[in-house]
Amino acid sequence: MNFETVIGLEIHVELKTNSKIFSSSPAHFGAAPNVNTNEIDFSYPGVLPVMNKGALEYGIKAALALNCEVSQHTHFDRKNYFYPDNPKAYQISQNDNPIGSNGWVEIDVEGQKKKIRIERVHLEEDAGKNIHGDAGHSYVDLNRQGTPLIEIVSEPDIRSPEEAYAYLETVRSIIQYSGVSDVKMEEGSMRCDANISIRPYGQETYGTKTELKNLNSLNFVKKGLEFEEKRQQKVLYSGGVIQQETRRFDDVTGETILMRVKEGASDYRYFPEPDIPTIDISSEWIEEIRETLPEMPSVRRERYVNKLGLPEYDAMVLTLTREMSDFFEATIAHKVDPKQASNWLMGEVSGYLNSNGVELHDTKLTPDNLAGMILLIKDGTISSKMAKKVFLELIKNGGDAKKVVEAKGLVQLSDPKQLLPIITEILDNNQQSVEDFKNGKDRAVGFLVGQTMKATKGQANPGVVNKLLMEELAKR
Amino acid sequence: MPINAEEVKKVANLSKLAITEEEIGMFTRQMVDIIQMVELLDEVDTEGVPVTFTVAHDHTVLREDIAVQANLTEELLKQVPETEDGYIKVPAIMDNGEAGA
Amino acid sequence: MSELYKKNVDELQSLLTKKEISAVELITDTFDRIESTEKEIDAFLTLNKENALKKAEEIDEKGITSEKLLAGIPISVKDNIVTKDMRTTAGSKMLENFVSVYDAAVIEKMSEAGLINVGKVNLDEFAMGGTTENSYFKPTKNAWDQTKVPGGSSGGSAASVASGQVPASIGSDTGGSIRQPAAFNGIVGMKPTYGRVSRYGLIAFASSLDQIGPLTRTVKDNALILNAISGHDPKDSTSAKLAVPDFTANLTGDIKGMKIAVPEEYLKDGVAPDVCQAVQEAIKTFESLGAIVEQVSLPHTKYGVAAYYIISSAEASSNLQRFDGIRYGYRSPEAKSLEDVYVMSRSEGFGPEVKRRIMLGTFSLSEGSYDAHFKKASQARTLIRQDFDHVFSEYDLIIGPTTPTVAYGFGEIVDDPVAMYMADVLTVPSNFAGLPGMSVPCGFSEGLPIGLQLLGKHFDEDTMYRAAYAFEQATDFHKKQPAILGGK
Repeated sequence: MNFETVIGLEIHVELKTNSKIFSSSPAHFGAAPNVNTNEIDFSYPGVLPVMNKGALEYGIKAALALNCEVSQHTHFDRKNYFYPDNPKAYQISQNDNPIGSNGWVEIDVEGQKKKIRIERVHLEEDAGKNIHGDAGHSYVDLNRQGTPLIEIVSEPDIRSPEEAYAYLETVRSIIQYSGVSDVKMEEGSMRCDANISIRPYGQETYGTKTELKNLNSLNFVKKGLEFEEKRQQKVLYSGGVIQQETRRFDDVTGETILMRVKEGASDYRYFPEPDIPTIDISSEWIEEIRETLPEMPSVRRERYVNKLGLPEYDAMVLTLTREMSDFFEATIAHKVDPKQASNWLMGEVSGYLNSNGVELHDTKLTPDNLAGMILLIKDGTISSKMAKKVFLELIKNGGDAKKVVEAKGLVQLSDPKQLLPIITEILDNNQQSVEDFKNGKDRAVGFLVGQTMKATKGQANPGVVNKLLMEELAKR
Repeated sequence: MPINAEEVKKVANLSKLAITEEEIGMFTRQMVDIIQMVELLDEVDTEGVPVTFTVAHDHTVLREDIAVQANLTEELLKQVPETEDGYIKVPAIMDNGEAGA
Repeated sequence: MSELYKKNVDELQSLLTKKEISAVELITDTFDRIESTEKEIDAFLTLNKENALKKAEEIDEKGITSEKLLAGIPISVKDNIVTKDMRTTAGSKMLENFVSVYDAAVIEKMSEAGLINVGKVNLDEFAMGGTTENSYFKPTKNAWDQTKVPGGSSGGSAASVASGQVPASIGSDTGGSIRQPAAFNGIVGMKPTYGRVSRYGLIAFASSLDQIGPLTRTVKDNALILNAISGHDPKDSTSAKLAVPDFTANLTGDIKGMKIAVPEEYLKDGVAPDVCQAVQEAIKTFESLGAIVEQVSLPHTKYGVAAYYIISSAEASSNLQRFDGIRYGYRSPEAKSLEDVYVMSRSEGFGPEVKRRIMLGTFSLSEGSYDAHFKKASQARTLIRQDFDHVFSEYDLIIGPTTPTVAYGFGEIVDDPVAMYMADVLTVPSNFAGLPGMSVPCGFSEGLPIGLQLLGKHFDEDTMYRAAYAFEQATDFHKKQPAILGGK
């Protein structure tokens, strides 16, 4: 019997607002424990939440970017459960009226395009962090408590771990483009839980699903699902039954491990949050926010291929992050050949970023100076080889490409008036090579070019040198 | 919906309350009385009636996204029964999260 | 000056501004009065003597400016309103030693007005109850008869005012907790419109119903205090962005043409004959003052209590989950595991009534009960609101009794939750609708005061004060004092 895999993902994304969703404490990390807190984050008796407009705006923006309908009348609910990192013992979330619903994204797995539907996008607050000690104690830090989150819940439309990977990558890049989150799985600003079940092909009802946790990178999501897919198949082939349970992915062994069996659904006793009045969102505001959305990566990719003539691969790599894609577009706005710009960004620039572990905005490179440099190559002022030196200077210290070239004396010798005396001298001193050339040995030219380059310390424009040499040789 | 000792125990458990065997009898009796009183509502026709969960005067009450450092940490930690190195200290958390984000 | 404790807020205000007495003198006298009566009344949980005297000294030094006309007036505060300079217990073992890191918004408002907080007064634990017997610390006594309950949950507030310990107190009202003890103690208690006074710093019982308000011996005093504590607060999203009028502006005694409704359901069986009688007399008084009084119907009144106990307990079960022994408050010394910290701290820290309501609330919200209980009650709440909307489309005011009976003896109903809950039938509906409600003295039954309840339109406390003042001026009930305050 063959099985079909059914996967649904729940993605949590931290919104990069200045302050928390319901309190005005700073919403950034890296501070000492419990420093970014106030009486609201500690859930003191008598405190009340006040909704952050920025978080609402980002929530709407994310919902729009994921092609959701935005709910124009919404409210929050309380989800009740006790846990040390959950200081009110309820999380303010959205249960029956999420900010966004009925969305979709299009994924691309090896050229196969497919729509994955998104059931809902809702706003909620993040919990604090529990740190587990080894001497029978745990330690609670409430800095993260109250950071705004959106939860993105897909429909069970995903049919393979590869599709799950593509979906997650697509959602990540869409959210990243919309500018509401850093979406870094490694840093926890994007987190993913997966539900997976299998069923015989043709069966309409879903099989019993298991939930996977601790999927801290795109690869772990794929690996965890691959393992779980096989595990479930093995259980069914051997006549067993899948239990509804939560399993943890172990990134060392690559296996999933049973955490707990679900005994019926937990009773969260959801009810409408009475401390936050209902929220009305005007159509005007929604349209205003929609207009601030950038062109999404899939649209850009298509344009790069169809209008700019870039290869599919280039288009894919350049649009992986909005920063790179924006940089590319700003560069070609200077009338630089798109393929040239792409080559530099995918080659030297990416190489530099990777080997230094930095991002574009950490460097001094700008679209202006990169474009300036590429144009200098094009008009022959510098050679490609020289450009690499110029590039290093620009990305490390910045500045104007032309000025860097001048300051470093990197200008290419292209003026025949300057080159001709040198070439004449070289021909005079290398009679044997001139003879060889006349006898049909073309490679003698290469030697003479080399001599000229040596004499000019590499500054001569090879094209011009070649042309002048041929002219002079013809005269002899 | 009827309520019995079993249900009372379940509810106490959800509420993180321990009740003794004697208390179970008392609470069950009282809960039965209260639920009976509450069942008066069954006779109200609420077909199509919207719920009221707030009577706040204003809707859409939003705050500008401005961060304020409260500098209250020291005072907040002073009230915590047990702390260590600026953390709130609790007995070990045994499972990996009852729920949550 | 002698017998300052018998003076009302407006009289003390005049003495202070004319410098006939100093603030220090008044505050010293207040603490003397509290010390000499506290054995009989048991209203206070914590006194704030040192800070209060310091504030009084500052006021005497600076003098009283026109924008701080209440400067130097002593006031007590219900102990479910958090304060930085003294503990806030909510009447619970859970918070026996809890000191807040912030002041409630209402405390800041009082401070801006120059009011001096002399101490925190007793209440039913977490404001749950109607007798103050549910306090972990002690029961407070009725000012008129120390064998009777003072009502609750703001029993400490009402008794401290009625017995002359303070001229005013701040209480809170979720289903009648200001009005009922005001009625039981023969004073004036106002639960303003939901959203009139910030709830920031009021330890939440039922968030959609709770409201803070003043208890005083006269209508004018009450208006003066409400002036000081009202207004929008950006920290409370449910507080209204509305201007606050001067509530003393229309205390003229003139209510000619005012249209007053009397709901037939408010004078039905279950309401004691003496109480009905007193309300009938009050109706005659209003008519003699030129008001038009007519009978109306609020047909869903009888469902109020049932719906109230579901909704208030559901919200409370969630609001009280934060008392978990982890960040503040009581942690059981015996707790070993994390589960112990939760279960033992909560089981040892909460009293039986609080546990009962937490369990009822948890039950009402749990799977399988939500629709039949919480949702149904929230729909009934809508019907009750609509009843009021109909009446207020034609009338300026609703009047009726505040409570079905006068104050009862200790232990009489505390062990019978249903009987205790039914006593709230006349006060809970206005909390459901967020309407302002007020109790003023309107008679006596066997020496115990009876309260007349006035209900107004949203944010129309002004009309209620106007009517209550006219009634007060036309009657002598407020002049009769309990023995402890020199009455006979």
